[in-house]
Amino acid sequence: MAPQVQDEIDVLPPKGVRPPILGPGQTLRTVTDRIGGVVLTKHTPVFWLLIVAVAVAITGILNTAIGYLLMKGTGIWGINIPVGWGFAIVNFVWWIGIGHAGTLISAILLLFKQSWRTSINRFAEAMTIFAVMQAGLFPLVHTGRPWLAAYWLFPYPNSMGVWPQFRSPLIWDVFAVSTYFTVSFLFWGIGLIPDFATLRDQAKTLTVRRIYGMLAMGWRGSARHWNRYETAYMLLAGLATPLVLSVHSVVSLDFAVSVVPGWHTTFFPPYFVAGAIFSGFAMVLILAIPFRYLYGMQDYITLRHLQNCAKVMLATGLIVAYSYLLEMFIGWYSNDKYELAMVHNRLFGPYSKYYYTLIFCNIITPQSLWFNKVRSSPALLFLVSCVVQCGMWLERFVIVVMSLQRDYLPTSWGMYWFTKWDVMTLLGTMGFFTLLFFLFIRFMPAISIFEIRALLPQAKVKE
Amino acid sequence: MSNNSDSQSSLIPASEIKPATMELEAVRSKLADAKGPKYWRTLEELVDQQAFGDLLEREFPRHASEWIDPVSRRSFLKLAGASLALAGLTGCTKQPLEQILPYVRQPEELIPGRPIYYATAMPFNGHALPLLVETHEFRPTKVEGNPQHQASLGSTDLFAQASILNMYDPDRSIAVTYKGEPRPWGEFLGSIRGRVQYHKSNQGAGLRFLTGAVASPTLGSQMRAVLQLFPQAKWHRWEPIHRDSIRQGSKAAFGNYYDPIYKFAAADVVVSLDADFLSGSWFPGFLSYSRDFMSRRKDPKAGMNRLYVAESAPSTTGAKADHRIPALNAEIEKIARALAAKVGVGSAGGEQLSAEQQKWINAAAADLAKSKGRCLVVPGVFQSATVFALAQAMNAALGNVGQTVNYIDPVEIDPVEHTQSIRELADDLRSGKVQTLVVMGGNPVFDAPADVQFGDALEKFAANEQNQLIQLHIYRNDTTDFATWHVPEAHYLESWGDVRSYDGTVSIIQPMIAPLFDGRTAGEIIAIFIDQATTPGHDLVQAYWRSQHSGDDFEAWWRRALHDGFIGNTAFPARQVKANAAVPPAQTAHVAGQQGEFVEVIFRPDPTIFDGGFVNNAWLQETPKPLSRTTWDNVAFISPAMAARYGFLRLEQKTIEQSDRAKNVNADHQSDAENVIEINVGGRKVKAAMWPQPGQPDNAVTLFMGYGQKRTGRVGSGYGYDAYSIRPSGSQYAGFGAVQATNEHWSIAVQQGHFTMDDRAPVRSSNLEEFEKEPNFAREEPEPARDESLYPDFRDKGWYQQHAWAMAIDLNSCIGCQACTVACYAENNISVVGKEQVQRGREMLWLRIDSYYEGDPANPTMYFQPVPCMQCENAPCEPVCPVGATLHSTEGLNDMVYNRCVGTRYCSNNCPYKVRRFNFFLFADYETPIRKLGRNPDVTVRSRGVMEKCTYCVQRINAARITAEKEDRRVRDGEVKTACQQSCPTEAIYFGDMNDPNSKVAKWKKNQRNYSLLADVNTRPRTTYIASVKNPNPEFEKA
Repeated sequence: MAPQVQDEIDVLPPKGVRPPILGPGQTLRTVTDRIGGVVLTKHTPVFWLLIVAVAVAITGILNTAIGYLLMKGTGIWGINIPVGWGFAIVNFVWWIGIGHAGTLISAILLLFKQSWRTSINRFAEAMTIFAVMQAGLFPLVHTGRPWLAAYWLFPYPNSMGVWPQFRSPLIWDVFAVSTYFTVSFLFWGIGLIPDFATLRDQAKTLTVRRIYGMLAMGWRGSARHWNRYETAYMLLAGLATPLVLSVHSVVSLDFAVSVVPGWHTTFFPPYFVAGAIFSGFAMVLILAIPFRYLYGMQDYITLRHLQNCAKVMLATGLIVAYSYLLEMFIGWYSNDKYELAMVHNRLFGPYSKYYYTLIFCNIITPQSLWFNKVRSSPALLFLVSCVVQCGMWLERFVIVVMSLQRDYLPTSWGMYWFTKWDVMTLLGTMGFFTLLFFLFIRFMPAISIFEIRALLPQAKVKE
Repeated sequence: MSNNSDSQSSLIPASEIKPATMELEAVRSKLADAKGPKYWRTLEELVDQQAFGDLLEREFPRHASEWIDPVSRRSFLKLAGASLALAGLTGCTKQPLEQILPYVRQPEELIPGRPIYYATAMPFNGHALPLLVETHEFRPTKVEGNPQHQASLGSTDLFAQASILNMYDPDRSIAVTYKGEPRPWGEFLGSIRGRVQYHKSNQGAGLRFLTGAVASPTLGSQMRAVLQLFPQAKWHRWEPIHRDSIRQGSKAAFGNYYDPIYKFAAADVVVSLDADFLSGSWFPGFLSYSRDFMSRRKDPKAGMNRLYVAESAPSTTGAKADHRIPALNAEIEKIARALAAKVGVGSAGGEQLSAEQQKWINAAAADLAKSKGRCLVVPGVFQSATVFALAQAMNAALGNVGQTVNYIDPVEIDPVEHTQSIRELADDLRSGKVQTLVVMGGNPVFDAPADVQFGDALEKFAANEQNQLIQLHIYRNDTTDFATWHVPEAHYLESWGDVRSYDGTVSIIQPMIAPLFDGRTAGEIIAIFIDQATTPGHDLVQAYWRSQHSGDDFEAWWRRALHDGFIGNTAFPARQVKANAAVPPAQTAHVAGQQGEFVEVIFRPDPTIFDGGFVNNAWLQETPKPLSRTTWDNVAFISPAMAARYGFLRLEQKTIEQSDRAKNVNADHQSDAENVIEINVGGRKVKAAMWPQPGQPDNAVTLFMGYGQKRTGRVGSGYGYDAYSIRPSGSQYAGFGAVQATNEHWSIAVQQGHFTMDDRAPVRSSNLEEFEKEPNFAREEPEPARDESLYPDFRDKGWYQQHAWAMAIDLNSCIGCQACTVACYAENNISVVGKEQVQRGREMLWLRIDSYYEGDPANPTMYFQPVPCMQCENAPCEPVCPVGATLHSTEGLNDMVYNRCVGTRYCSNNCPYKVRRFNFFLFADYETPIRKLGRNPDVTVRSRGVMEKCTYCVQRINAARITAEKEDRRVRDGEVKTACQQSCPTEAIYFGDMNDPNSKVAKWKKNQRNYSLLADVNTRPRTTYIASVKNPNPEFEKA
């Protein structure tokens, strides 16, 4: 199916009027056909094949990098003493952060009855799950002996009588991330059931019908089904909501609990959560803009959605900016020689150019979102989101590497130089993420069909 | 019936069975004669034999016919059992052969798992380092100092500590070779015997021997016997780090060769004229001198001594000085002359000296004059003969002779001036006067003076097919290229011998293990020339001492000597000598005209690989050089000002702080791309990586010798530059040359990037005057109270009750010699990682020595601070480990559980002291079999992905605890010594039980100078430091 470019959708409405949540002229039929058609069509688009081919190749790089890592040891990366954590942890925090937007959109906005969320929640949830999968890779492979870390970090009764050390934030991480992944996965899965049933009903071949039939788990759309579904969905939304805040708070404790100047800070949890949502929404835009363009989904993901995402980014971006200021202020206000040295190192140390780039990416660039013109331009939004994503990666680099690089004793200070394996792993996870995401688009409804249908005027039932 | 016939036909008639050619008895006896690895080899040979094959393949090879014989049934059963047992051999051939036999007769005193210590000594640079060697099941694993020996008092230097690794070096020479081809020893012996007969016929004409400085009485007597037998033979000596200036100076001052013996403990004022007696064993007596010197600095209030140092190359001795002045080598002599004039020796020759230098001289002279008979002027071994003579004349004038300095007969047997000796040999080689040259030890092709062109001379010599060079060396080195015969030398831990220490005391060298590669000692080679070729090394040594010992208790006397590690009363008595009153003329006069565009080129032994003999020693390669903290390469020291003049430094760096801040631009360097400079001495050039070294005199470049060998092993190749290639015989330790900048760079692996303390005061210091006013200066900032924590203390009553292990490190005594670092490598099976990994910041040393500079880079104050694990009571590493691999023990140790560690590295990130080390790769050598022999069996060899760190030598604590528990008592103070503590020459490290109020460590912890590193982080470290107090002359500024 060739992309249906409907440029007129992106034309701004007159001043004072917000763009609609749905494009004009949608009926129950068109919604089902358009969204379901992406999955059920026999013609795989060429761009999809191209993108997936590239993504598979990059996933191959990831496999190579991790295979070599398992063979040789973490020494193939640039980490050292004093910088014991490098790209792996930076990537971990970055991916986990990206994973935040999905659950926020689906759970919190659901509870707040924000109906615009329906167009983007499905693929944002998928994004969350895939991002957490990338993130979850790093804590495991960054250990010296992953074959032991894979199960020694979990509390299981064993003949050695040894348990994990529950005081360690890394153990909290294990629980936080695995819980988050489980709940997000369930939430996403349950939301998919009615749509799988739709696909089952629309399927033209027996195999496809059987596959989606199994996935639909016997959904018939009876009132009782809907009743149970709504209850379960709301319950999971309630469960997922605190997780949105807790996961990145716990991740931030990895740093805040330590004694390293630059890590040892009490405001890390809110700072990290804001940063996570910031980068998460940036990622939503990075995925939504090409998706709506390639698949002609401008009727479902309208300028309204993009604008709303941009507004969330602007708000969280300001919180992040405030955190950067606070970090510097507290460093100065503490009058602690190590904290002062940390601030000095951020501003004038050997990695200061990374810090200034971060300021440009995360504080200066998002200010453009104050302008409606920027918020309404998919191309500009895409650009800003990419810059923000870079900035958020740099933020973690600044926190992880620049703090470790110079801590207490000047004699132990040292530099960190990443290697090609570091870059290959980061790049590889991006490829793997893209691969998963495009497989998802091809085989699952990327936009919630039944929820969009519920938005149509026809769906309104007079009570 | 057919069955019957079949079975009939399968029976072999008795008559047809050939009697086996090999009787089992013969097999047994053959096996009984074989021992060790040979035992297995014999079995293999047996298996290969046809008859034996028959024996195994056919079930009853020759007893089949005797089946009916009832008497033989017993022997049949015996046979069957034997066949079965031996048949197993064929099935086992693919498995590695391992000896699993228990001792049939347990060797005397051996308890498996318990180490046995034997006394021996290491010959080093013409004197002895007396040792006790720890052996596990007769494998030496660790070297310690001999506590009863004056030249060690239990301590060692880094060379002795690391020497054990040379023994287990897989790159050692392993076979006798003839022109590179392996030959059996017997063939060598036959060939040499012919040679000996020939030389007997010509009185030894053309027979030459070349050795290093020999301090072995036995070898000395053998050499004398050889020279008697071959009157025209000659014995040359060449030690690249020789002490010719002491020889010449002694001749000038006393008319004969004498060795000075200093008594630093008795000296209130010490003036060092480039004497680095606190730096390394190339200064004979280093171990006892540094202990004696530091014994006067333990308690500042009990008569602290004062040290003046004028030095041409920054050294650890200069770092400990109360008044240090950098001076060009040529200026040292002027300083000596001016100082001598002030104390009444000779008259000043109107030397041009800087105001700083003049002030130093005035203050030193005044101090010397105040403490006549209780002071000491020490000349450096690398200084000129004039400086030596002047210094001894000053000592005489100050009444120090007999008080703080004595003179003894030289320890070196029949001393010669080495530079002269090697030159004569080279000349003779060139003129064809030599037919047989025996080189024992050393590597003259590499390290002989450049202008002697020894390699060139050997090439001429080797061109004649009739000439033979016989080389005995532990490695195949540059000289081996010219060797007709090469014989692997036995390591000192494998050989019998004897050697004198700096004061003349003789130690018997006894082997810890049979030679691993069938090596021979120099004595055994020389024995061939005096027709004792079959006499083992042991008998040679014993025979000599039998001739020396009067009395019929030789056996007891001999055993005592072996047990003690030295022969009592063999120290040379002090000679009553008078210094020549006449002041020798200036030797470095030629220098004056050459100054200007010329810079001084100073040659020094490398602080870690010495003269190059240790180049293949990985521990020493990776041990940072004191002061510069560089590893794996030698650098060329130039002053920071000079580096700025050459445009090597981007910023103006007038202070240490500025130079450190400059690194904010250049980044913290574990890996430093340093500019390469070309040094030209008399037309010979070498390119070296420059290193701006604070404290280096301006207009001088210091080169370190030993690197740049063409033939080394897997460790030593490809690093550094060859300073020998431009070292002229005329100016062996300092000369003049030119320096030119190049565009090339050479990356250096550095273990420390910053040398300023910032405002963190890791090292605290004061001087005596201020210390008396403010004795608590080290504790100005109050340490956090013990309850200053958000959390309740997890330690209930049971904690720290039994023992509380703790360490105190006296910064005043630490001389930064790195012996502790190498001792830690040896004791704890620490891996080396190589230059590239050091550049990545992944060195593994558990105990590092941080160096700090303060003040003017031209002449900074320097400090050393050994940093092992602090064993914090509030250890930040412990709560962050997710698997509980680092835990707090009830005795206060932060235990590492290696097999639980999954390697998250969080503990290291959270360690404020950064003392944890991580196995980023499989750094430990699991492959090389010989390396496994030398490991400490009490310490785990860590695998990849595991964090490790200092454990306070927990294996030693446990051993002592077991002994104490068996005897139902507490562990006594001093019973547990950590490896670093044991090796420390100055006793700077105290370790023990804090709970025992009488323990040394408890007392030091109560000292008012005791402070904790980074106390404000509230880690409550168990390792604390005793702040440094210097003793500058209060009247220095007025001088």
